[in-house]
Amino acid sequence: MTEIDKKQDRSPVPSAFDYAPAPESRDVVALEDRYGLFIGGEFVEPRSGELHPSVSPSSEEELAEVAYAGPEDVDMAVGAARAAFENGWSSWPAGERAKIIYRIARILQERAREFAVLESLDGGKPIRESRDVDLPLAAAHFFYYAGWADKLEYAFPNRTPRPLGVAAQIIPWNFPMLMLAWKVAPALAAGNTVVLKPAETTPLTALLFADVLRQAEVPPGVVNIVTGDGRAGSELVKHPDVDKVAFTGSTEVGKEIQRAVAGTKKKLTLELGGKAANVIFDDAPLDQAVEGIVNGIYFNQGHVCCAGSRLLVQESIYDQTIKKLKRRMSNLRVGDPLDKNTDIGAINSKAQLERIQELVRSGEEEGADVFQPECRLPEKGWWFAPTVFTNVAQSYRIAQEEIFGPVLSVLTFRTPDEAIEKANNTPYGLAAGVWTEKGSRILSMAQRLRAGVVWANTYNRFDPTSPFGGYKESGFGREGGLHGLEAYVRFD
Amino acid sequence: MAQAPALPHGFELPLLPRLPKIGSIDQVAIEERAATLAKRSIKRESKLFALELAVRMTDLTTLEGSDTPGKVAALASKAIRPDPVDPTIPSVAAVCVYPNLVPHALERVEGTGVKVASVATAFPSGQSPTDIKVEDARRAAELGAHEIDMVIDRGAFLSGNYAKVYDEVRQVKEAIGDAHLKVILETGELGTYDNVRRASLLAIAGGADFVKTSTGKINPAATLPVTLVMLEAVRDVFEETGKRIGVKPAGGIRRAKQAVQHLVVVNETLGPEWLTPDLFRFGASSLLNDLLLQIRKEKTGRYQSPDYFTLD
Repeated sequence: MTEIDKKQDRSPVPSAFDYAPAPESRDVVALEDRYGLFIGGEFVEPRSGELHPSVSPSSEEELAEVAYAGPEDVDMAVGAARAAFENGWSSWPAGERAKIIYRIARILQERAREFAVLESLDGGKPIRESRDVDLPLAAAHFFYYAGWADKLEYAFPNRTPRPLGVAAQIIPWNFPMLMLAWKVAPALAAGNTVVLKPAETTPLTALLFADVLRQAEVPPGVVNIVTGDGRAGSELVKHPDVDKVAFTGSTEVGKEIQRAVAGTKKKLTLELGGKAANVIFDDAPLDQAVEGIVNGIYFNQGHVCCAGSRLLVQESIYDQTIKKLKRRMSNLRVGDPLDKNTDIGAINSKAQLERIQELVRSGEEEGADVFQPECRLPEKGWWFAPTVFTNVAQSYRIAQEEIFGPVLSVLTFRTPDEAIEKANNTPYGLAAGVWTEKGSRILSMAQRLRAGVVWANTYNRFDPTSPFGGYKESGFGREGGLHGLEAYVRFD
Repeated sequence: MAQAPALPHGFELPLLPRLPKIGSIDQVAIEERAATLAKRSIKRESKLFALELAVRMTDLTTLEGSDTPGKVAALASKAIRPDPVDPTIPSVAAVCVYPNLVPHALERVEGTGVKVASVATAFPSGQSPTDIKVEDARRAAELGAHEIDMVIDRGAFLSGNYAKVYDEVRQVKEAIGDAHLKVILETGELGTYDNVRRASLLAIAGGADFVKTSTGKINPAATLPVTLVMLEAVRDVFEETGKRIGVKPAGGIRRAKQAVQHLVVVNETLGPEWLTPDLFRFGASSLLNDLLLQIRKEKTGRYQSPDYFTLD
């Protein structure tokens, strides 16, 4: 038993001011017992005949049975999307397309609570985050791209944008609804039709979204939703009638996809892993920087591709920062995702938990110092206490590999040049953070950091108008903003 | 007076006690953090705990030109026993009055544990010569006030004359002997969170037992982010020196809900150790009745008419 394993089952710490449980009610969500595939505007039985339960990671409860699409099902979905594309959607008056996308956005806002609860239930993320971040942002993305739908010529002056055709979109389990919005909204705005494959562990909000599509009177076949595992994704990517592939997920799978589409006419955007550096200079507003560190790595249990998983602290403020960080960590509440007071929810799946545990063990074996605050973890479900590694060398696996869990590795630097060198010394390049009071330093760091997004004095902040995407093995192509729209058009 | 090392354009501070680096505050981030904490859901036992604690932390205040012995006597009676119907409701921490009314307040609260606090140092503006301000505080203490709420000289602070601010706090601290010193920063006039942090550290360096947000005469008064900035400054001082300083948000806290939010911020910033009237106070007048109303609601499940709570 390693130090971590021992710490994982600790007794509760009583406090004078325990917050009473404040769970959000599940009653707002009405789930079916089983879901087929959403193809051509209807739920159909999978030809594959395969159904698997979707499990709540916080309770291991089986929420609903979900179809796993086979080759025949994927073919039907692509066919439905192709038919919808040819029979109208691409040539609809742009204003009408805009109207429908606006409608989706409004319905998402109206039903936000329902979606937020289901997102937390199926994915394990705290309701505070699904309520305050995922759902508002998802709706904002639809609003933003609805605005472009009838202004495409103005989006790309002196060029004539045309839709691509059928977009195959594969999304991950960390932000199911938000990733759906990032992908579906620009595709529809540009006049494409969509086959969407949600992640196998978090398909339920996408299936509920099918209901929104019907409510918004999106024509049948414009958005098709095929659930399943990697096999369905692979079928979808390889399907000859797909014009565009958009994938968010691991670098490993991203590479496979790139191999699969090589030599075809398919356009590709990939948003892959990351190992972002969060750089704290000695003049930073320290207490807020500590908030930023916490938000950077413990937001969504660290299941964030742009998570600030490598903390680079200037050596002159190292002791102070770590002391403050540890103190702040002991205030983090791990537990029921539906409780409004919860800061850290459940790990999305058993497989992911095992991967986190494996990497954390490697960190201990390699000689880093580990810290976890006293906290009580629920007995059922998959959980991992917030963890920080100090005394980490650049060569350790925990400083190199993406952990995708609530685990922070702390390194130090002495000068801005050294910070840049360490921050850029990774195969990834998705995001980075800079904390300093000095404006000029922010600008020079942003210029030299090899990362698609650089946050200054904040972290994990998203906006539909701002493009998001990576350098190097974090992928290519951008989502959000005009750049995100460009990924879904060709020019005559 | 003070042997502050004068730096060319820098911060003039005494070397002892050793202080943490002044540091800075990011406005967006601090407001976001305060807003997040304000969303913590406090219910049932924790709510009742928080409400009763807030009563015990209240400095029941009247600071009007029209204050009379009669008014202060009524207020002091309310302070001792806030709810005539419910004897389990604890007394508040103190009554806070002008110096002239200290003897009248004392007369009432004697032997009850309720303290008498007096504002001083040319309250609320602080725009008088130093010796008059120091004398003002000394006299208030001589009249028997247990606690002195002084104001800092914002004119001096904002013109960069930090040494004057520091000197005055020190002189007042010396003048009032054993009385407890609360230093009012009047954060509404300081303009930035950075200034709130500086003024807090300056006051603490000068010998403040408490730092207090506002006089109640200026808007905005106590806000959640301002309180958070002050608590963080106090936390840094504690971690650096081991010294425990109190914080008192005053002015603008009228609802029980705001008080509970403040307590959540205290709990998550400094921990349960600071959840005591010795280290956290509310300067308020109308807050008390809302606390009583909410406590009765928690106990009986019903809201009562405000007519059932005394106006003093």
